[in-house]
Amino acid sequence: MRGAKTMQWSALAAAVALAATACGGSDGDGGSAAGKPAGYVSMFNGEPQHPLMPSNTNEKFGGYVIDALFTGLVGYDAKGGLTNMNAESVDTKDNKTWTVKLKKGWTFHDGTDVTAESYVKAWNWMANVKNKQANSYWFGDIKGYEDVHPEKGDPKKDEMSGLKVVDDQTFTIELSEPVPYFEYKLGYKTFTPLPESFYKDPKGFGQKPVGNGPYEFQKWTHNKLIQVKAVDSYKGSNKAKNKGIQFKNYSKLESAYQDALSGNLDLVDGVGPKDLPKRKADFGDRALDVPYAGTQSIVPAFYSKPFKDVDPKVIQGLSMAIDRKTITKTVLQGTRIPSKGFTPPQVKGYQKLDTDVLSYNPKKAKQYIEDGGGIPGNKIWIQYNADGGHKEWVTAVCNSITKATGVKCVGDSKPDFQTDLEARQADKVKGTYRGGWLADYPLNINFMQDLYKTGASTNYGRFSDKKVDELFTKGDHADSLDASVEDYQAAEKELLKKMPAIPLWDYAANIVHGENIDGVKVGFDGNVLITDITVK
Amino acid sequence: MGRYVARRLLQMIPVFIGSTLLIFSMMYALPGDPVAALYGEKKPDPAQIAAIKHQLGMDLPLWHQYWNYLTGLFQGDFGTQIATQRPVAEVIEQAFPVTIRLTLFAFVFTVVVGVLLGMVSGLFADKAFDRIVLIFTLLLISIPSFVLGYLFQYLFAFQLDWLTPTVQDSRDIGQLMLPAIVLAALSLAYVTRLTRTSVAENLRADYIRTAIAKGLPRRRVVGVHLLRNSLIPVVTFLGTDIGALMAGAVVTEGIFNVHGVGNTIFEALNRREGSTVVGIATLIVIVYLVASLLVDLLYAVLDPRIRYD
Repeated sequence: MRGAKTMQWSALAAAVALAATACGGSDGDGGSAAGKPAGYVSMFNGEPQHPLMPSNTNEKFGGYVIDALFTGLVGYDAKGGLTNMNAESVDTKDNKTWTVKLKKGWTFHDGTDVTAESYVKAWNWMANVKNKQANSYWFGDIKGYEDVHPEKGDPKKDEMSGLKVVDDQTFTIELSEPVPYFEYKLGYKTFTPLPESFYKDPKGFGQKPVGNGPYEFQKWTHNKLIQVKAVDSYKGSNKAKNKGIQFKNYSKLESAYQDALSGNLDLVDGVGPKDLPKRKADFGDRALDVPYAGTQSIVPAFYSKPFKDVDPKVIQGLSMAIDRKTITKTVLQGTRIPSKGFTPPQVKGYQKLDTDVLSYNPKKAKQYIEDGGGIPGNKIWIQYNADGGHKEWVTAVCNSITKATGVKCVGDSKPDFQTDLEARQADKVKGTYRGGWLADYPLNINFMQDLYKTGASTNYGRFSDKKVDELFTKGDHADSLDASVEDYQAAEKELLKKMPAIPLWDYAANIVHGENIDGVKVGFDGNVLITDITVK
Repeated sequence: MGRYVARRLLQMIPVFIGSTLLIFSMMYALPGDPVAALYGEKKPDPAQIAAIKHQLGMDLPLWHQYWNYLTGLFQGDFGTQIATQRPVAEVIEQAFPVTIRLTLFAFVFTVVVGVLLGMVSGLFADKAFDRIVLIFTLLLISIPSFVLGYLFQYLFAFQLDWLTPTVQDSRDIGQLMLPAIVLAALSLAYVTRLTRTSVAENLRADYIRTAIAKGLPRRRVVGVHLLRNSLIPVVTFLGTDIGALMAGAVVTEGIFNVHGVGNTIFEALNRREGSTVVGIATLIVIVYLVASLLVDLLYAVLDPRIRYD
């Protein structure tokens, strides 16, 4: 019995020790979101995947914060046109050398001036291969990029020869060859200035960034929230109409929806499948569906068995076999809009195509496929990632194709996006894959060049066509932006004949917001324009 | 007894190494390159990918990577996340306290309510109360946790307006109540069933009859003799359950937006953050090992016939 007594004590002691370590650790998570300061807007977001660096952020959650903290040279208006932000003017005579003049009196949030040097030095740092920034390829047009970012080995120089500071407010950008639409690219979030303080501690900067944008960084409690405060002295046209933003971290859209419904959250810019059917009933006119410049398509892999040396007529037939209208209305709950071309309407250069290839016509579809010589094996696959909610529409599209044409169609599910991407990069797609493209800048060129040019980086279908390439090249060497856009419009008409992809539908942002905010608008990239939100 | 504990602790070492090696190789074998995924749908940059891999030691053979990981671990270095560039230790430090609070809450709830319900229904086996508890527990076992989660959210947040639908402050015990109860529901049902069966059976045992015949008060018979012996299967179950409560809360954590271990490991798995997955899994393994040691020690407390020498 005595043995049992000592046992009791030691077991108890062990239990207490376990509990004690449990309690000791409990200060680590930073606890509460501690409520929201008056005049702030709280919105759904997630944990940024990268440190908060303009040149290292290429996903939505971090993108929101970067856009709030930094303002670049130019921005885009609602119709895809360019507006000057930090730039007073961006001029060129030959599309090769661009002269940038900055607006006077702009400062970083730490009080230092935004000068030409702040841009040039930052861009040189961002482009440098040693700094391993995911967006460094954006600087690839600039002369001397190969010196700081060689394909292999260490950089030869620290500076790109194409960037030159003229005076405090002026610098020039020389490109290695003319790019008529370079100014459009300048609106991308990586083309921002960095303050001098950045270079002392780049790593710390990613946790506590100092920008020049409409908001100033306040705090980042990992996995909880990021808070930014409106800057009173901000000089840009997109000055905040609210006092600040709380980006709250949610792991699920559904739980954010519940919080918005109960008034604990002001804005959610996405609605989970569970809540899509009832969003209008729950939120009334505070449930918005706003189309933006993003498209989804089915891309044939031109090396795969069903599509090797295929007659484009067959792909046109497949396209006509898809009942886009019904699928977007039923399966997709009105969250997408049937495509009318290879580019969405929100970008400059969008044109109405006179075609029936993108409308449902089962009879013609069957005829086209027969005329084109059919599909080897009479079977196609659509590869998609199972973690992105694509299964439902892939099944619907497949059913539509099979019903209309008799071609067997099967979804080829990959467990997640990484695996899906790996199969694409390794040329292992069995038939077609799900393609998605969101605009980097609102120009029709962005929806064609990277996707369908021979050997282009994201041309995973390995489409290659001489005529199309010629038209692209012509556009890239045009004298002016407008001429370039026109050449690409001609290319789009050609694409319709060659069918490097089957456009399905364009995206719409599904937004629900609370009663106490107003002025919710969406930009071309589907992100809510947070500076325009007003608090009642 | 001291020697027994020491032996058990020593036995943990091979289990620990084996399980980490297993998880490490599994992460290694998974398709999908986490570094290439940094670039999203855009063109990956081979030079940078190589540089990042070299920096993180991901270009080494598997055995070497594992060796580096293990030696780092013994120096308290859990590695660095690929995308966020944050130390994994920091990520774990943030997720664990939340989970431990949630688990403790759920665990206490399971034990207190489960044992109580089980004991009462065991003592009154086949009476009306027992029948009601049977139906109740069967219901809990058959309802998936996400249904229960959304149901609770609807009832308590929207109909009764007692709480916010999600947890706003993970340090507030009151707010953690809802997810903890949802999390505990399944274990609660099992504990109730186990206790009930065990109590009902032991009630007919010889030593209980003897105790009653000796004229001991009923309180002592039930509280000490009956309960103590009936708890052995329950303790066994609880010991393994604590690990499941900690790591298996992905669904519940998602519904109530609690950023605990379950969610962290799930997200890390999706992003192929190997070091994070292995780090958390290692800690869960340790929790399992310690819990099972405690269970074995508790046997001796509960049943004087069991001794460790």
